[in-house]
Amino acid sequence: MKITVNGNGLEIQEEVKHIKGLIDFLELEDKPLIIEHNQQILQKEEHERAVLENGDKVEIVHFVGGG
Amino acid sequence: METNRYHRQILFAPIGEAGQEKLIRSHVLIVGAGALGSSSAEALTRAGVGQLTIIDRDYVEESNLQRQQLFSEADVEQKMPKAVAAKQRLSGVNSHVKIDAIVGDAEIDILRQIVPETDLIIDATDNFETRLLLNDIAQKYQKPWIYGAVVASYGVTFTVLPEKTPCLQCLQEYIPANGATCDSVGIIQPVVQKVVSQQVTEALKLLTGNEAALSGKLISFDLWKNEHTEMEAAALRKPDCPSCSSKRSYPNLAYNSRLKTAVLCGRNTVQLRPNRKRADLDEVAKELQKNKQIKLFQNPYLLSFEVDSFRIVLFQDGRALVHGTMDQLEAKNIYHRYLG
Ligand SMILES: [Zn+2]
Repeated sequence: MKITVNGNGLEIQEEVKHIKGLIDFLELEDKPLIIEHNQQILQKEEHERAVLENGDKVEIVHFVGGG
Repeated sequence: METNRYHRQILFAPIGEAGQEKLIRSHVLIVGAGALGSSSAEALTRAGVGQLTIIDRDYVEESNLQRQQLFSEADVEQKMPKAVAAKQRLSGVNSHVKIDAIVGDAEIDILRQIVPETDLIIDATDNFETRLLLNDIAQKYQKPWIYGAVVASYGVTFTVLPEKTPCLQCLQEYIPANGATCDSVGIIQPVVQKVVSQQVTEALKLLTGNEAALSGKLISFDLWKNEHTEMEAAALRKPDCPSCSSKRSYPNLAYNSRLKTAVLCGRNTVQLRPNRKRADLDEVAKELQKNKQIKLFQNPYLLSFEVDSFRIVLFQDGRALVHGTMDQLEAKNIYHRYLG
């Protein structure tokens, strides 16, 4: 299925089923992330419940410190 | 007003004559004069803000020149404090702007004096301790502040408005753990300009009475990966936030009762802030000169000397940077050996 992540198209495999799966797939599990799924900001405990469907839009932001 | 200098900006309809007059009457605090701070200070100076206060605790080094646009090789040679070098450069860009340079930490006592007099704060720091302090002081005095940060080719920015948007404390769970922000991955210069474009545009909107044009969004981008993200942040506001809700207690003002030592991000450097207030640099230099092993450098703002594999820089305000270690205990030992 094809989804959009941070504005870019991304083809993902069947085994990536939900937002948590996507975070693991993108190897971002170590960072605290602010995630918006179809314009809805998710709490961390919702990541496993947020099922991905074709055409979904995901935005991922993380904070950094450098100035 | 010299209408010619600001002609193009006044032609820009949302600013106009009225907006320019507001700019000239405004006072902006920029915390940090590294990459982000250099760039936004120059932009606001050229735009013609009335007054700019710049706080920075560091001095110019060669590795800064790749991205910190206000500094020159001469500043490196003279080990100029960044705030002072910035002021010198900016005064030549626009002599009508009143610029205050403060060489030191953005600590609570200083911020308490300055923030009430400012219209907004631009965050150009490199650490979250200072940002949380800025956050609470901005909430306390009801001032907007504009978060900005960069690493590698990634940047993120958000405008915090009192009573309107979430504050940084609301977003506390997303702040990376201590040290994780110390970049070992470097940075490219264009991402600085991109974050500063956002920060300064938001500042211009606020200062010229164009609040309705503010983005209201948490914005991030990765220039190398061609990513751009905007997120509606309103939902992240916490109704029981200790910094911005009706139950506020400003935890970051209470907690930040002077950090005595700090490891500087990615710099192999420890900053020490001993109890004694100011340092008499001439006195200290005279003492150190007795030791022929020590290589000394002095300018009106700081004293720098090399010994073994360390370099120690003592500032007038009593702070010392110990380069060559990230071990706070080792830094203290070296400090006491040479500076008592
Ligand atoms: Zn808050």
